[in-house]
Amino acid sequence: MIELNGVCKTFKVAKRNAGFREAAKSLFKREYTLINALSDVSFKIGDGETVGYIGPNGAGKSSTIKVMCGVLVPDSGECVIDGLVPWRKRKEHVRRIGAVFGQRSQLWWDVPVIDSLELIRDIYSVGEAEYKRTLSELVELLDIKDIIKTPARQLSLGQRMRCEIAASLIHSPKTLFLDEPTIGLDAVSKLAVRKFIKSINKSRGTTVILTTHDMQDIEAITDRIILIGRGRILLDGPLYELKGKGSEGKTIVIEYSGGGLPEIEGLTAVEDSGSHAKIAVDTALISVSEAIAAISSSVEIIDLSVSGQTVEELVASLYREFRI
Amino acid sequence: MKRFNLSKAPVGMKKYLSFFKIRFIAGLSYRSAAWAGVFTQFGWGFMTVLMFKAFYESSPESFPILFSSLSSYIWLQQALLAMFMFWFFDGEIFDSITSGGIAYELCRPCGLYAMWFVKNMAARLSNAALRSVPILLVAVFLPKPYGISPPDGILSAVLFLISLILGFLVLIAMSMLIYISAIYTLSSAGVRILATSAVEFLSGAIIPIPFFPDGLRAVIELTPFAAMQSTPFLIYSGHIDGDKAVFLIGVQLVWLAALGLFGVFAMSRALKRVTVQGG
Repeated sequence: MIELNGVCKTFKVAKRNAGFREAAKSLFKREYTLINALSDVSFKIGDGETVGYIGPNGAGKSSTIKVMCGVLVPDSGECVIDGLVPWRKRKEHVRRIGAVFGQRSQLWWDVPVIDSLELIRDIYSVGEAEYKRTLSELVELLDIKDIIKTPARQLSLGQRMRCEIAASLIHSPKTLFLDEPTIGLDAVSKLAVRKFIKSINKSRGTTVILTTHDMQDIEAITDRIILIGRGRILLDGPLYELKGKGSEGKTIVIEYSGGGLPEIEGLTAVEDSGSHAKIAVDTALISVSEAIAAISSSVEIIDLSVSGQTVEELVASLYREFRI
Repeated sequence: MKRFNLSKAPVGMKKYLSFFKIRFIAGLSYRSAAWAGVFTQFGWGFMTVLMFKAFYESSPESFPILFSSLSSYIWLQQALLAMFMFWFFDGEIFDSITSGGIAYELCRPCGLYAMWFVKNMAARLSNAALRSVPILLVAVFLPKPYGISPPDGILSAVLFLISLILGFLVLIAMSMLIYISAIYTLSSAGVRILATSAVEFLSGAIIPIPFFPDGLRAVIELTPFAAMQSTPFLIYSGHIDGDKAVFLIGVQLVWLAALGLFGVFAMSRALKRVTVQGG
């Protein structure tokens, strides 16, 4: 159970204008701007949930994750995770959580991955039998059997990320924080990572909190979305509810010959070249099948496709809506 | 490679031992750098001995230390350089502070001070392990009084070992303060240059402390700087012995406790206001 209540954090950032004079001036008098990284962030996450924590760059995602990991101390507000305040009882708290920061590495660069995993086993005092069981499970699910004897520096990014994820699960944490776990990965590795995270959530009941800019991650892994912008929580709800919000409106793309497009209420031609057209359908006024029937009765359709709003477009429209 | 047996260590210590082990092994993988170091240090030691020989021959009576003791001092210094060179910092730690990798380390159920302390010990010891043996082997076979002589009796040998360990720990406790300062300042370059020159000069790394003027020498002997390499190396050669040796080991203990406690305190304060860098 994760509970955040009114968490605020302000960073003091030194700033100066460009140029030598300004640089010299800043030696004596520094000017600071205060940046509200988090203002009044509150939410609750139950055990076994999968939550996508999204927002544009600089919205406060990583800061929130760091607060929950006990790495960053907020200026005010409460954060209780399974009965512990992360930064007050850091050592006890971090025993129960796992973290993957996509842009950093926890593996030792010069030694084989397996040595890093053994070190992590000792750091968390994981028993030998439990370690062997967890390791064999992770090795199989993440398909890293052939690479754990290789030094981390010789692994590709995708291979390394799979090892990073294994490393963060050696101590069977209750909660897993993933900060951009698929950043820079190729399609195959992305799919493998997503599948794995989903399955670990199902089989172990691990709570998963994921930040990402890849909306397919969100669709594949999470059931719930929390949207943050400029340090505030803007939206919090199940993914399907959010999808429902944006789904009025489909787009029909056709290749056609002969005749002109029908002019009916609810159909708007966004593009029309005479043989290729993109038509927006307002589903509140006309259903998709009626629209297709109307189009096919007035023109000869060669090819047709119907698409709804993607999660990507949905999120982009949310960012616009909230001006973040 | 033979694996260390860690199964008998108490639970709390085991993680630090494993940490030591992995850093030690990582350090051993840089073998050609070690050979380059051996040759440089051997050459450097040889030139230093010759330089002091010139001083000695110009006026033997004003030489403050036996020439053979001085030779032992210089060869020990060269052999154990990796343990006692203050300017050798762990770049990974600074990187983790400036780039934000420290977040991972804070996500571990370990004390960060202890973890960094052990990391530094292992890095220095693995370097020293590769370099010290060839240098000592050559130095042993150099003609007297230019080579290294055996320790001045069993008592000196025992006191030397105790003092060597303490001196090593004092040095690391001191360098921990530089890492901790980087948490506040992010760029440690300035502090590093300043501290490095002061420590190198006052610890007898450039000129052995017996060559300092009497008044200054008496003061420096009580500082944490002399408690690093100077005390153990001078005990080895018998230049310092008996009550004075025991007293200076006491000084080492006091500084180790003082620097260690201050470091732990400063670290916990720094972490309360830490800002992890990067997105």
